[in-house]
Amino acid sequence: MTTATSRATTTGAVGTAHSRVEGRDKVTGAARYAGEIPFAGLAHGRLVLSTVARGRIVSVESGPVLDMPGVLAVLHHGNAPRLETGYVGMLGVPPDPTAAVFQDDRVPHAGWPVALVVAETSEQAREAAEALTVTYEREPHDIAFSAGRSDARPADGHMPASTEKGDLDAELAASAHVVDEEYVTPEEHHAMMEPHAATALWDGGRLEVVDSNQGTTWVADELVRMFSLDASAVRVRSDHVGGGFGSKGLRAHQVSAVMAATELRRPVRVVLTRRQMFSLTGYRSPTAQRVRLGAGPDGRLRALDHRSLNQTSTVWEFVEPAAGVGRTLYDAPAHRTENQVVRLNVPSPTWMRAPGEAPGSFAMEAALDELAERCGVDPIELRLRNEPELGPVSGLPFAGRNLAACFREGARRFGWASRDPRPGVRREGHLLLGTGTAAASFPAGAMPSTAAVTAEADGTFTVRISAADIGTGARTALALVAADALRVPAGRVRVHIGDSDFGPAMIAGGSMGTRSWAWAVTAAAGELRDRLVPGGTVPPEGITVRSDTTAAVGALAQKERHSYGAQFAEVAVDVATGEVRVRRMLGIFAAGRIVNPLTARSQLIGGMTWGISMALHEEAVRDSASGDLYGGDLASYHVASHADVPAVEADWVDDHDPDDPVGIKGIGEVGIVGAAAAVANAVWHATGVRHRRLPIRPDRVLEAGGPRV
Amino acid sequence: MREFDYRRADDVTGAVALLGADPDARYLGGGTNLVDLMKTGVERPARLVDVRSLPLDRIEPAADGGLRIGATVTNSDLAAHPVVRERYPALTQAVLAGASGQLRNMATVGGNLLQRTRCGYFADVTKPCNKRAPGSGCPAVGGEHRNHAVLGASEHCVAVHPSDMGVALTAFDATVAYETTDGPGELPLADFYLPVGDTPHRETALPPGALITYVTLPPARLAARSRYRKVRERASYAFAIGSVAAALEVSDGVVCDARLAFGAVASRPWRARLAERVLTGAPATAEYFAAAADAELAAARPLPGNGYKVTLLRNLVVAVLSELAEEATR
Amino acid sequence: MTSSTSSTVTLNINGEKHTLSVDHRTTLLDALRERLDLTGTKKGCDQGQCGACTVLVDGRRTVSCLQLAVASGEREITTVEGVAEGDRLHPVQQAFLDLDGFQCGYCTPGQICSAIAVIEEHAAGWPSAVTEDVRPQAAPPPLTPEEIRERMSGNLCRCGAYVQIVQAVARAAGESRTETEESAA
Repeated sequence: MTTATSRATTTGAVGTAHSRVEGRDKVTGAARYAGEIPFAGLAHGRLVLSTVARGRIVSVESGPVLDMPGVLAVLHHGNAPRLETGYVGMLGVPPDPTAAVFQDDRVPHAGWPVALVVAETSEQAREAAEALTVTYEREPHDIAFSAGRSDARPADGHMPASTEKGDLDAELAASAHVVDEEYVTPEEHHAMMEPHAATALWDGGRLEVVDSNQGTTWVADELVRMFSLDASAVRVRSDHVGGGFGSKGLRAHQVSAVMAATELRRPVRVVLTRRQMFSLTGYRSPTAQRVRLGAGPDGRLRALDHRSLNQTSTVWEFVEPAAGVGRTLYDAPAHRTENQVVRLNVPSPTWMRAPGEAPGSFAMEAALDELAERCGVDPIELRLRNEPELGPVSGLPFAGRNLAACFREGARRFGWASRDPRPGVRREGHLLLGTGTAAASFPAGAMPSTAAVTAEADGTFTVRISAADIGTGARTALALVAADALRVPAGRVRVHIGDSDFGPAMIAGGSMGTRSWAWAVTAAAGELRDRLVPGGTVPPEGITVRSDTTAAVGALAQKERHSYGAQFAEVAVDVATGEVRVRRMLGIFAAGRIVNPLTARSQLIGGMTWGISMALHEEAVRDSASGDLYGGDLASYHVASHADVPAVEADWVDDHDPDDPVGIKGIGEVGIVGAAAAVANAVWHATGVRHRRLPIRPDRVLEAGGPRV
Repeated sequence: MREFDYRRADDVTGAVALLGADPDARYLGGGTNLVDLMKTGVERPARLVDVRSLPLDRIEPAADGGLRIGATVTNSDLAAHPVVRERYPALTQAVLAGASGQLRNMATVGGNLLQRTRCGYFADVTKPCNKRAPGSGCPAVGGEHRNHAVLGASEHCVAVHPSDMGVALTAFDATVAYETTDGPGELPLADFYLPVGDTPHRETALPPGALITYVTLPPARLAARSRYRKVRERASYAFAIGSVAAALEVSDGVVCDARLAFGAVASRPWRARLAERVLTGAPATAEYFAAAADAELAAARPLPGNGYKVTLLRNLVVAVLSELAEEATR
Repeated sequence: MTSSTSSTVTLNINGEKHTLSVDHRTTLLDALRERLDLTGTKKGCDQGQCGACTVLVDGRRTVSCLQLAVASGEREITTVEGVAEGDRLHPVQQAFLDLDGFQCGYCTPGQICSAIAVIEEHAAGWPSAVTEDVRPQAAPPPLTPEEIRERMSGNLCRCGAYVQIVQAVARAAGESRTETEESAA
């Protein structure tokens, strides 16, 4: 059963399942991604990365390579143009120097870009890049990430480093039950299927970049600033994007392609190899978290203390704000949270699907499960007893907080009521079975965007917005939103996205894309509809209305706005082999108005699938001797395969944000939040063993021991 | 990847002649391992001799109950062959447990035995590795070795052989036939892989330039009731962290004959002869299965990060043999 | 022995012959994408570790990134561009579209080619790693979700569309079974 999601509209496009408008192109292979657009005279660039983790480049021996067949250029710090990097970009952060390539001789981590070799064919470029000799003056490196490093420092990132209220020690001392545990999550990689790819060319005095990214105006803006160009001189297009998850912003491939295209005055394409992606495109930092919870006999929280440490590079600071989850989810008279970072000789981490919430919810929701066990209170009941009235840190009211409804609906459908809370008692042959649950929440925000909607002379409508469809179904969702705003059938609306010439818009990120874009599209379409005179004629050039939501978004009342969810998982554990398999999973979400149930369900299930992958499989391992990744490929870095993912179900309860013109909250990230904790809690329920370090791999299950079957 | 010459061979003699004694030449079978290694720079051949078209693509059941498998038979065809499934079900299971449907369609039997380790240091030319660059060192010993060897390794190399197929073939006493410019030869699979010692770069006893032509399985009645069980870090499409191929013949509750081999624990598929000796004549119970495993694993020398493999193998042996014993009494 | 580093090869792709000179290093995948403008076949890892480049070679699914173009002559190659009949989508394509068996779409051509082959392999009686009894006299396993998942596992999907892909393959397999039964009747 899907609860009602559609609201009264004229055509009712929003809320009705609609297959993807570009779906046919994607199933026939007609959809072209960034590295697939042909250009006459195209040259191929291949990056060369450092083999040392810290030091200086002594020499780049270009000569022999330039003599190789087909080689056109070797760019490196000795000959590359100087870039401007002292700016703060559209997302409020300075550029990651990893993208601002070839500016000096320093090497801050293994896999740092040191040169680009350009050749006529991709085979020639690959061979020449492999043949390029770069010598280094090696310096000792430090990649040892662990809790308790003396050089860890509180850091803000996108939220204040610390929050604190109440007397933590006193409340902990007065608590009937206390949980005090450390949780560790590993380095994780986006591993989207399409590698980063860009083709740069100069065309009539304009720089064109055909790229795969999460925001064309974002990347264009970065290139404008970095290369000190006029804003009007840069156009970035990104039609189909093979996954992003936070990683597809400005990276070394676009910048080096622009450098080479400028130098050679011909189109240059740079595609990252899978291996290069592991050091050049960001990742989720490992976290070491400590959670302390104190509660009365009834499970009501008296103390909440969550501290998280993550690593960042020596050239760019990124905070994985895992300790942020408790700031809006749970309240306690004594409440303290803090995010810290330590700078190491590692690549720069970045946003990755539910940054902060994904690892933070693992720790917090696992700790709550431990607290429920100690209090003898059902884990769902424990959470319901700790529902706050106001934002625990902000004191602001919630703009709809339907977490309880998610738990009630989920418990009913999952069959939670009949669950025996005792761990390690359900056997099926050689397997131990268990179930677990966890809460999910993710901020629902909106950012200013612009859009243009045109009434065409033939009675159709064209939407232009520099949105990105990284697999979310944005094109389809915006067609439905526009159709409703125009009060026409969706079939009469076409949507053009992924072109920076369409003007500034939010990126596909932070679960804010669809909401931000839909706002702008609704505004333009609504005004256009008002302008169209019934029975009047539309001129051949059409009638176009532009919108800019800067003022409207800025006027939005300050509230706690979040999507919520309740995650449920059942696992089977083979204690003889250590294998953990998820048998079924259910997520019930309260995520505002659902624009397209077909694609929304896919996105939520996708997030939950990430949760399975995070819980059981994903871990990037760094080699201490070299400072480099061990096994930077998809055979060593395991993401969940078909066989790991059972019948995962996602559904939602009615949820409405009255302040939003389309009522959207955002669904891109909430699906992963809490999912790994639900699996880990189920593993405890199956085996009686708490796994506080992810992933829960066979080696760890075997080493932890547990009941024999 | 450097430029290379490419030749397609039409017959075995021609293939062997085309390769000659050139140390820079390689036979190309399915290419699933070699082409990957060429892309990563581990292999830099100057010439490839394509042997996919050779008339070695047949599976010939022998009248005595054995089997002769051509070296270019694909993994898929081997696994799907009715006689393999009938006489050596563990071989089918082992092949199907490996790689993916696509890779099994390409990969060949000969290539499977000659595939290289998936050790992350071996595969990365920027890192030391005694197997790839003799004398450069083995960073796995003091570094990442979660999936490295616990049996038969040395301080010079702790890499494991990644084959699943080879584990079943080892359990069933396969023999490898090959051709050289000096004529044909044969090696029992038990002697096919060289001990690691201080020469981990020397992997097989094949003479230089040899082309594997056939793999022969002798008749083994007990193989008709055999199993392969593989454990990996995701449910499919991953290399083993431990595997067992086993066959058991039980009469009146006593083991009369047993075959046992381990995968992902050594530089080669590991025949567990000590365990087999303990099993033969012992009661077919979990207690004795565990004792057999312990006898074999007594020689295990785990590193700090892979001790779990000893527990895993012991548990796997008990589980698989118990299943086989239960079937035998049904 | 004289040696050369490139050859002329005739590739038979989707029923059309293409004669071209290829650098021996060129994979079938790169020949399709960079020489023949058949970009439906995707490059995800270039190492046989993701399945995005899956095509059918002589009817069998193959990762084209590990197949050299020079070794691909005299074989019938089918890519995602060649599986539909004109405007009529292949039942697997139609099921992917209807059931939302993809999100970003990048792994999709490989998933679709793989699924077409999975249905045929299963119909031919091939067992899989999750088939309980692989002996030939045992009844062929029904194409359960578990069988589909195992057989499709060589195709990674990072968006996490596995649930819908399995539904799509099951639906398409059901249709092809019905078709076979109808033509037999």
